Amino acid sequence: MTFAAEPSIFAFPHRHLLGIEGLSREEIVALLDLSEEAAKLSRQIDKKRDDLRGRTLINLFFEASTRTQSSFELAGKRLGADVMNMSVGTSSVQKGETLIDTAVTLNSMRPDLLVVRHHAAGAVELLSQKVDCSVINAGDGSHEHPTQALLDALTIRRHKGRFEGLIVAICGDILHSRVARSNILCLNTLGARVRVIAPSTLLAPGIERLGVEVYSSMYEGLTDADIVMMLRLQRERMVSSLIPSQREYFHFFGLDYEKLARAKPDALVMHPGPMNRGVEIDSNVADDERSVIREQVEMGVAVRMAVLQALARHLPNR
Amino acid sequence: MERFSPQRQAASGLIALVNARLFDPETELDRQGGLLIEDGRISDLGPHITAASAGAAEIIDCAGRLLAPGLIDMMVFTGEPGHEHRETLATASRAAAAGGVTTIVCMPNTDPVIDDVALVDFILRRARDTALVHVHPMAAMTKGLRGEEMTEIGLLSGAGAVAFSNGKASLANARVMRNVLAYARDFGALIVHHLEDPDLAKDAVMNEGEVSTRLGLRGMPAAAETIMLERDIRLVELTGGRYHAGQISCRASLDIIRTAKLMGLPVTCGVSINHLTLNENDIGPYRTFFKMKPPLRAEDDRRAMVEGLANGDIDVIVSAHDPRGAEGKRRPFAEAADGAVGLETMLSAALRLYHNGEVGLSRLLRALTATPARLLGLEGGRLQKGAPADLVLIDLDTPWIVEPERLRSKSKNTPFDGARLEGRALLTIVAGHPVYNYANAGS
Repeated sequence: MTFAAEPSIFAFPHRHLLGIEGLSREEIVALLDLSEEAAKLSRQIDKKRDDLRGRTLINLFFEASTRTQSSFELAGKRLGADVMNMSVGTSSVQKGETLIDTAVTLNSMRPDLLVVRHHAAGAVELLSQKVDCSVINAGDGSHEHPTQALLDALTIRRHKGRFEGLIVAICGDILHSRVARSNILCLNTLGARVRVIAPSTLLAPGIERLGVEVYSSMYEGLTDADIVMMLRLQRERMVSSLIPSQREYFHFFGLDYEKLARAKPDALVMHPGPMNRGVEIDSNVADDERSVIREQVEMGVAVRMAVLQALARHLPNR
Repeated sequence: MERFSPQRQAASGLIALVNARLFDPETELDRQGGLLIEDGRISDLGPHITAASAGAAEIIDCAGRLLAPGLIDMMVFTGEPGHEHRETLATASRAAAAGGVTTIVCMPNTDPVIDDVALVDFILRRARDTALVHVHPMAAMTKGLRGEEMTEIGLLSGAGAVAFSNGKASLANARVMRNVLAYARDFGALIVHHLEDPDLAKDAVMNEGEVSTRLGLRGMPAAAETIMLERDIRLVELTGGRYHAGQISCRASLDIIRTAKLMGLPVTCGVSINHLTLNENDIGPYRTFFKMKPPLRAEDDRRAMVEGLANGDIDVIVSAHDPRGAEGKRRPFAEAADGAVGLETMLSAALRLYHNGEVGLSRLLRALTATPARLLGLEGGRLQKGAPADLVLIDLDTPWIVEPERLRSKSKNTPFDGARLEGRALLTIVAGHPVYNYANAGS
C-alpha cells in the first residue's frame, strides 16, 4: 500500500523513457524512491498490484535478451498489465519489413507501453516518433540502456546511501557499451566521480568529454574506488583485433583479488550480466560477499516497475 | 517579377539581357551592362548593350541583378538508369535549372554502372531527349566499379565521358590505381576519386569523436580520408595523371592538397556544399538527412573548408546531389542510406559564405563555374564573347525558406529542410533558352 501513497506526488514529466540523457537529478532520485517501494512489494508474498490493469505492454526485442525481457515481463505482470513478448525471430522484420512499418503495425494493436530493444543506436527513439503509446528503451545499439543505469544506481544507493564523492570505476568494453554510456550520464548527474578503465582499443573516442577520468591500467583506475563496475566482453572483439586474446585481456583487465585490493575495502563489485567468468571477472570475485550482482537483478525488476508506474500517467486510451 | 520575361518576341532568335550586373568569375569582370545571345552563344556583352541598342532582339530587363555563367556541378548522383524512382535525368535537370545549374556531371554508380561506351551514349541520348540542362557522364574507372580491371578510358572519353571515378568507394588496390592514373594520362583524362580507406571506414556512419560517442554510433576518423589522399598523391607523383579529390572534408586533407600543389602536381580538389555549411552537430537526435559520405565533420573542419575555399586551396564546390527516398532514410541512423539532395539549394547555401563575409563572390562563383569547366574541358562557365549562353541571373538578397515538398527533385532528402537562405536563381538560361524563371515557377 505504501507503494502508491507517497510517490504518487511525483509527476514524471516524460512520455517515454529513451535514455538517461535529458533526465534531471530530481527525476532520477524520484524514480529511485519509487523503485525502493517496488522492491519492498516484490519481497512480499502477495506481489500483485492493479495499477496497470487493463493495460497492454508489448516487449519488442529485435536483439536476444533473457534477463532484461523477463525483468520487464515480470514488472508488467506484477502491476497487473497484460504482457506480450515479441522477438525478432517470430516477427515480420525478418521478411524485410522496416522498423517503421513494424511500429505502425504494432501501434494499430493499441498497446499502452512498448518496451524496445534494437541493435541500432537511435532506433528506439525513431520508433517512439511513430507510435501513440509510451516507449521504454531497453537498449539501443551502443547508445543507452537507461533502466540498467537506474538499477545500478539503486543498488549503489542501498549500500552506500549517497552518490556524492563516490568513486565509480567502469571497466572493460566502453566502446561498445550502452550500459557504460547510461551509467556515466546517470552517475555524473547524481554527483559521483566516474572513471573508465579499458585498453585504448575499447575506449570510445572523446569519452573524456563526457566528464569521466580515463585510465588504461586497472591498478591505477581502481585505486580507492568505492564501486567496481565490470562490463561484459563479447567474443567478437578478438576477431576484429581490438584485443589479442582472452587470456591477455584477463591478465590486464579481468577483475581478480589482486586488482580488487586496490579499491576501498568495502568496495562493491557489480556486473550487468551475463558474466563471462574468467574473461572479465574471476569466478570467486563474482561470488564474493562484496559482489552485489544478484541484487542488481532483483533491483532490475523493481526499477522497471517504477518506470512503468511513472509513465502510466501519460498512457493513451484514457 | 514579370520583368524577367521577354518584353517582345524577336523573329531573329536574338536575346538581349539588359540592365544587368555582368559578372565573370574567371576574368573578374564586374560591371553594369547588357549581354546579347545569338544562336545559343554569347555574341556580345558590355555597357554598350542596352534596350535601345538591342534592335530586333527579344529584351529581358535584369533590373540590375547579377548575371553570371550558369553553374557547373561536377558531382550529381541520379537514379538513371536503375533507380528512376529516386531521380531521373529529367527531374535532376529540373532541380538543377531551379538552382541556377546549367551543367551537371552525373556519376557512374548507377545500375548498370556507366563503364561502357553504350551507357555513355545512353546517358547522352536520354539527356538530349529529357533534360533541361547539359548533362555529361562521368564514367567508371574500373569495370563494374569493382576496382579490378580498368575501363576503356580512351573510348569512353571519345564517347563523351568527361572524367572517371570509382563512385562512392575508394579504389583500394594501389597497383590498379597506379595503372589507371598512368593510362589516363595518355588521354589527358581526369580521375576523380572518393577518399575513404575501406578498412578504417568499415561500419562507420559519421565523424569519429565526442558526438559519435554520445550517440553510440561508429565513427570514421579523419585518417580514413587522409591516408587515401596521401597514397593517391604519391601515385600522382609516380604517374603524372590528372587527379581530382572529389570531396575533402577535414582540415588535415587541406595540408596534403596544399603540399601537392606546391610540388607542382596536377592535383585539385572539391568540397560539397554540405561540408561548407553544416557540421556533425546538425545530426542532433539521429537525423538521417545529415548522413552522408564523407561524413559531416567537426565545426573546426567546416571552418577549414571555408578557409580553403577562400584562399584557393579548394578548387571546386559540388552539390554531391544524392536523392534518397523514404525507404532509404526512414531507418535507424546506422542503417539509413547516405546522401543529400543539393542541386536546388547549392547556390543559395553557398551565398551564406558570401553574406557572412567568409568568401568573396568572385572566388565563390569561380568554384562553381570556371574551375569545373576547365577541369572537365567544357567551354561553359564563362561570361565571355563566344562562350555558350549558359547563364544564371542571381538575386543575391531574396530571403526564402526551403520547403522540401516544393523541391523539384523526386526525392526530398534535403538537410536544409526549413533553412532560411538568402539569395537565389531568378532566371536560368541554357544554350540561349530560358529553362527556369522564378517569377513563373511560383516558388
